[in-house]
Amino acid sequence: MTDISMDTMVRAAAHPRRDIGLKARYAAERRFRIYGVVAISVGLAFLAIMLITIVSKGYTAFWQTTVSLPISFDEKVIDPSGKRATDPSVLIKANYPKLAENALVAKLGINPDDKPAIKQLKGFLSEGARVQLRDIVAADPSVIGTTRDVNILAAANLDSAFKGQIDLSVEEARRKVSDQQITWMNKLKAEGAMAEHFNSGLFTYGASSRPETSGMGVAIIGSFYMMVIVLLLALPIGVAASIYLEEFAKKNRFTDLIEVNINNLAAVPSIVFGLLGLAVFINFLGMPRSAAFVGGLVLTLMTLPTIIIATRAALAAVPPSIRSAALGLGASKMQMVFQHILPLAAPGILTGTIIGLARALGETAPLLLIGMVAFVADPPTTPFDPATALPVQIYMWANEAERAFVERMSGAIIILLVFLMAMNITAIVLRRRFERRW
Amino acid sequence: MSSLLVLAIVVAVGLVAFFIGRQRAAAQDNGKVKPHSRAHYHGWWAFLLAVLPALLLLAVWTVGSSIYLDRHIHAALPERTVDSKVASEALDVSLVKSLARGLRKLDAGTLAAMPASFAELQPLLAAKGVALASDTQDYMIPIAVEANKVQDRLGLFGAIVILVSSIAGAFYALRQIEPRARARNNVERLMLWGLLAASTIAILTTIGIVLSMLFQTITFFESVSPMRFFFGTVWDPRFSAAGSGGSQGQFGLIPLLAGTLYIAAVALLVAVPVGLMSAVYMAEYATPRVRSVVKPALELLAGIPTIVYGIFAVVTLGPFLRDLSAALTGGSPFIQGQSIFTAGLVMGVMLIPVVSSLSDDIITAVPRAMRDGSLGLGATRSETIKRVILPAALPGIVGAILLTASRAIGETMIVVLAAGVAANLTINPFEAMTTITVKIVNQLTGDLEFNSPQTLVAFALGLTLFALTLVMNIVALYIVRKYREQYE
Repeated sequence: MTDISMDTMVRAAAHPRRDIGLKARYAAERRFRIYGVVAISVGLAFLAIMLITIVSKGYTAFWQTTVSLPISFDEKVIDPSGKRATDPSVLIKANYPKLAENALVAKLGINPDDKPAIKQLKGFLSEGARVQLRDIVAADPSVIGTTRDVNILAAANLDSAFKGQIDLSVEEARRKVSDQQITWMNKLKAEGAMAEHFNSGLFTYGASSRPETSGMGVAIIGSFYMMVIVLLLALPIGVAASIYLEEFAKKNRFTDLIEVNINNLAAVPSIVFGLLGLAVFINFLGMPRSAAFVGGLVLTLMTLPTIIIATRAALAAVPPSIRSAALGLGASKMQMVFQHILPLAAPGILTGTIIGLARALGETAPLLLIGMVAFVADPPTTPFDPATALPVQIYMWANEAERAFVERMSGAIIILLVFLMAMNITAIVLRRRFERRW
Repeated sequence: MSSLLVLAIVVAVGLVAFFIGRQRAAAQDNGKVKPHSRAHYHGWWAFLLAVLPALLLLAVWTVGSSIYLDRHIHAALPERTVDSKVASEALDVSLVKSLARGLRKLDAGTLAAMPASFAELQPLLAAKGVALASDTQDYMIPIAVEANKVQDRLGLFGAIVILVSSIAGAFYALRQIEPRARARNNVERLMLWGLLAASTIAILTTIGIVLSMLFQTITFFESVSPMRFFFGTVWDPRFSAAGSGGSQGQFGLIPLLAGTLYIAAVALLVAVPVGLMSAVYMAEYATPRVRSVVKPALELLAGIPTIVYGIFAVVTLGPFLRDLSAALTGGSPFIQGQSIFTAGLVMGVMLIPVVSSLSDDIITAVPRAMRDGSLGLGATRSETIKRVILPAALPGIVGAILLTASRAIGETMIVVLAAGVAANLTINPFEAMTTITVKIVNQLTGDLEFNSPQTLVAFALGLTLFALTLVMNIVALYIVRKYREQYE
């Protein structure tokens, strides 16, 4: 505060000035500012609410309840007629759930003749126990006749109950776990046999109709293939196209046409690219449906404009003096571009590429049309095998009714967001680190 | 020989040519004559001459031989009669082809003692993991065996031609090598053609989009008249009216278009004021520190995939609004779980960063002098914004809003999850309506038959959507470009 302002204040007091509406104008100014703050807070609040609800719904998906049981690989159950030496298919078809059931009956101390109790046990362990035990026996048939501790997945409803997600005050008939099952669960919990473990299956399993044995393994591999294809195709083609347009193209009708096309393609709805993929790649060229390869091609076409626009901006940002210097020293135009301009523009190109890839990774709509909404249980070995993608897997789980699937879906969203966040942060760091102001 | 192997050999020939060429050019440089190009350009020229023509030949040969094979199978098939067991000739050919592909997996011993009936063959193939259509006929087996032989012969002949051309190209380039040869110019000319080819992909994509959808749309209009599509008010693709015969449904665009525009309008009502105000605040008021925090956060909002917004709408916001409205009336909810309001609201939030980043660019493009002039005359900041900056930026902002609207119309995942599938015509924003994009997804997921109007209508919808957004984009881009030039 200076003398001048003091001075004006004193004088203002001495001579009351004409009211020119300053007060109202300043109030309007303050209101306007508040609108701005409100607008930004609305956006950020929504972001916060969305992230909080997703994380709070999904973080439990990273743990899964298992029951540790001493399984006795009883020869009488696995191979009652003793034919396994001559007919290996006996080991595949054996009644493995019975083994788990027997172990659970023994563990809980239930009378083996108590039929109603045994019936309630059916929904206790996951159906996945069959595959799990079969794999143990198939890997090492000498295990038959011995007893071994095995961690078996609990059924999805018991998993939810164990995590405290099922409201036990609801009457028994209207919830999915019975009082008897809860009692057993608490007993096993007290003994330490039933516990939560890190859910590695979420990252390795394929599609399954049972929540506890379904995971995103297939989707992660499918998305990975697609990202590799997009990177291998979109980056070279995009950079080549940008170099032509920025450095070589003469200003004429044809160049204008290309530019309008690229700008327009950047704003074309993504689902239209899906229609293109379905009509051209699958229907006309006869490529396989649901394959990551086709998905990669569609996403490449979708990502190209993004990469071209970013690359052109990066090339244009390199000052003309560099070009003149290279040409003046006798470089050809091609040498100037590839040996001088391109390396200087590389950080900008990389940033644009990563942002384009992140968009492609989160894209769902075009993939729905080329048949990636598929029930794929086995991981694809090549990009031509049926696969799904991360966002498509999320979409499929969103259409399931069971609450355990909602948990998995939220967990999958968290993983997808982590991937995207990592990519975006890499892009920002790259830009900060290597950005040059000329 | 498989084309992959041929490709590998061609590339190997090219690499050998590269090294020989480079070596030769370097050896010729004795210091007496100044070489025109550096040695590696000679190498690259040899590589390109060895590989490019061969690749072209390979592509032509692959397409050509598959067409020849088709004709061969056609000719070998028995004359079609009324009691032919297979529905169509095209199916006949494709059955033979898949049988031939399956036979390739059998080992030589099985092939020598080829069973003559399909019933015996099927288990052999199944053991190799080949599943065949059950209407494969016995007479197809010898044809398939013959087709494989023809294919082998063609493949071998083609491979020889391609390899010879590759080696010839390499020799031609290598013989040209001398100090004054303009290898660099040759290589660079080819590179320029490559760059040009890459940039035409954008045009090819657009042509591909238009043509692919146009063909399917024309087929669709053969069974449903354009009048009934564009002006029909009932969307019911599965419904076959009594007397209309066949599986004709009703494909009225109007309810879908109305839903699309309604939801987009709600979204814009949310996104434009909020996005514009945040852009103004960020450009004119925010301190650098606030900017450095809020800007990345808004970018984060833009980076979240739309499926996440859709799931938030359907899992959290929809039920919340439904329960809220039920609590307000004390009885039945007046907001449905899936509604125009929910979908539009969430889509609007998704679009906030789009509006704000577009208008941020436009606002900061207004020349400093205009701002300073207004402030210097005693206007407050908000007066400057409202009376000087926004009017000056108005064309640009209109362009930005148009671009945003085109995003809203083409958005898919949010509406697929949150807007509902029932094609209603309603003006109540709390009821469900459906959109063009939802119906495209609905009609094309699941098992497809490519000739039914139920599937083809998706392409007509897609073309409508494409045309709609194309017009908006071009107008918007034109406005934005004109506006930018105005102040440059």
